[in-house]
Amino acid sequence: MGGGRGASVNAEVQYEPVIGLEIHVQLKTRTKMFCGCELSFGDPPNTHTCPRCLGLAGTLPVVNAQAVHYGIMIGLALGSQIAPRSQFHRKNYFYPDLPKGYQISQYDVPLCSGGQLGEVRIHRVHLEEDAAKLVHLGASGRIHGAQRSAVDFNRGGTPLAEIVTEPDLRSAEAAREWLSLLRTTLRAIGVSDVNMEEGSLRCDANVSVRPVGSSELGTKTELKNMNSFRFLAQGIRAEVERQSELLRAGQPVLQETLHFDPSSGRLTPLRSKEEAHDYRYFPEPDLVPLEATPEMIEAARAQLPELPSARAQRFAGALGLPAERARDLAFRSELADFFEAALAATPNGEPVALANWMQTLVERLEDGADPAGSLVSPAAFAQLVAMVSEKAISREAGREVLDMLVAQGGDPAAIVEREGLGAISADDGGLGDVVAAALASDPDAAEQVRAGNMKAMGPLVGYVMRETKGRADGAEINRLIRQQLGI
Amino acid sequence: MLERQQVDHVARLARLELSDSEADTMAVELSKILDHIEAIRALDLEGVQPTSHVVDLVNALRADVPQRSLTPQQALAQAPEPTDAGFGVPSPGQGAE
Repeated sequence: MGGGRGASVNAEVQYEPVIGLEIHVQLKTRTKMFCGCELSFGDPPNTHTCPRCLGLAGTLPVVNAQAVHYGIMIGLALGSQIAPRSQFHRKNYFYPDLPKGYQISQYDVPLCSGGQLGEVRIHRVHLEEDAAKLVHLGASGRIHGAQRSAVDFNRGGTPLAEIVTEPDLRSAEAAREWLSLLRTTLRAIGVSDVNMEEGSLRCDANVSVRPVGSSELGTKTELKNMNSFRFLAQGIRAEVERQSELLRAGQPVLQETLHFDPSSGRLTPLRSKEEAHDYRYFPEPDLVPLEATPEMIEAARAQLPELPSARAQRFAGALGLPAERARDLAFRSELADFFEAALAATPNGEPVALANWMQTLVERLEDGADPAGSLVSPAAFAQLVAMVSEKAISREAGREVLDMLVAQGGDPAAIVEREGLGAISADDGGLGDVVAAALASDPDAAEQVRAGNMKAMGPLVGYVMRETKGRADGAEINRLIRQQLGI
Repeated sequence: MLERQQVDHVARLARLELSDSEADTMAVELSKILDHIEAIRALDLEGVQPTSHVVDLVNALRADVPQRSLTPQQALAQAPEPTDAGFGVPSPGQGAE
């Protein structure tokens, strides 16, 4: 398809990427897809195998009910149709990581079809088994110094859900963001560890480009091995660039599979042999059809929590958070949980103020840490935010108190008392005097502010902050300066 | 009649090395199987459900309960090239076919 589309050389043409993703997710079952070997990560090689997952002759697969349950949960979370009857197929190819000579997968009738997550339509979700792991051993003397590998079958037979999207993504960044939403969603429903570094979440991308404004699809390539969010974006960007340059030069894009090398950032063709794609699927005679009964679907639905995208909408709608802040919280369930606990701990809690302070809290925790595991309790956090909102302490003092809470926990009111961080206000006279002193110390700035140059406010506010060691509220200082200058 | 080229293609996919005479025999035998499928295809099967199983059974599922696995020694007992890292094999893409 489309090889001739690049025939006209035109350096002016702007190309837009068309991207679809294929995501493999290892399901968090206890045992493998078709046998009772326990799932493992990082255990010594071949400590989790049996005659079935080694593909020994005479063994038969039996489907893990929990994997089906998780597959249905994924389908429901993505708004897919759950097939009332689906079946497994054999996908035949020879590779050392596949002991039977075929992978049991699903073909023409997948467990789930259609659906949508965010802006991206889902094409299908099906169940299959993972391949074993190949470890490169380097050259061995055994066969004339030939390159040798070793097969570790611990991973072989791990249940996988393959999620295929429609080509609805239009940039590398959008692909990265959407994958993050998918990961959050899968983590929230508890079906997988979704860890890209450990390989429980793996993402391939189908990439093509077309002139901006065109609705036709160009020839696509398949990108593999982008095992981090950064590499995914990097790989797609590189491929979009490569294809656009080819087309601008009047060269065709070849349909091929490309392997991303993280160290060089380069894409190299993986399999050029056409027959690699000749999988000769046929129905798995060892497995009877799978019928997702209404009871099975209801059981899966009953276990679905509120999904991150719905939570983000609720945060933005009912709680009035800015959309981006709502997503930042909702897409990390642990942050959203802490936020909601804090909100519940304050009768008149202000969601927007709490959400803003959540970001301040996150910055003070280790990267990716769950605030529930910190010394800051949601109640103490909520109290601190309330004290700032009520101007009992200044924003600056609030940050100091938060530092202390993170370092040693405790009660914010007690910390404020102990450290003497309570706000100085105009009411007790103290702040008014400091402001007057500031105006007297810098008559120039005072005069400029009076003349309308608000930039001159800075040194005056700074003076007051210094004198009060950050205990005064910025807005209050502003108000007092204006009042005393009569503006 | 299946062409020799198609037989060679399928043999390569299945990693089978066939002699010339074997390939010729296969072409004849495989053609007979395909002829039989053509004969079935000629029937009027309107309204007949596709069947991949002869038994009327669905949802043969098992509970997600661990069973004991083999020891690595057992697993590798018949491996032609056992190594500490697992089953020794030629590296794919290095004449592994």
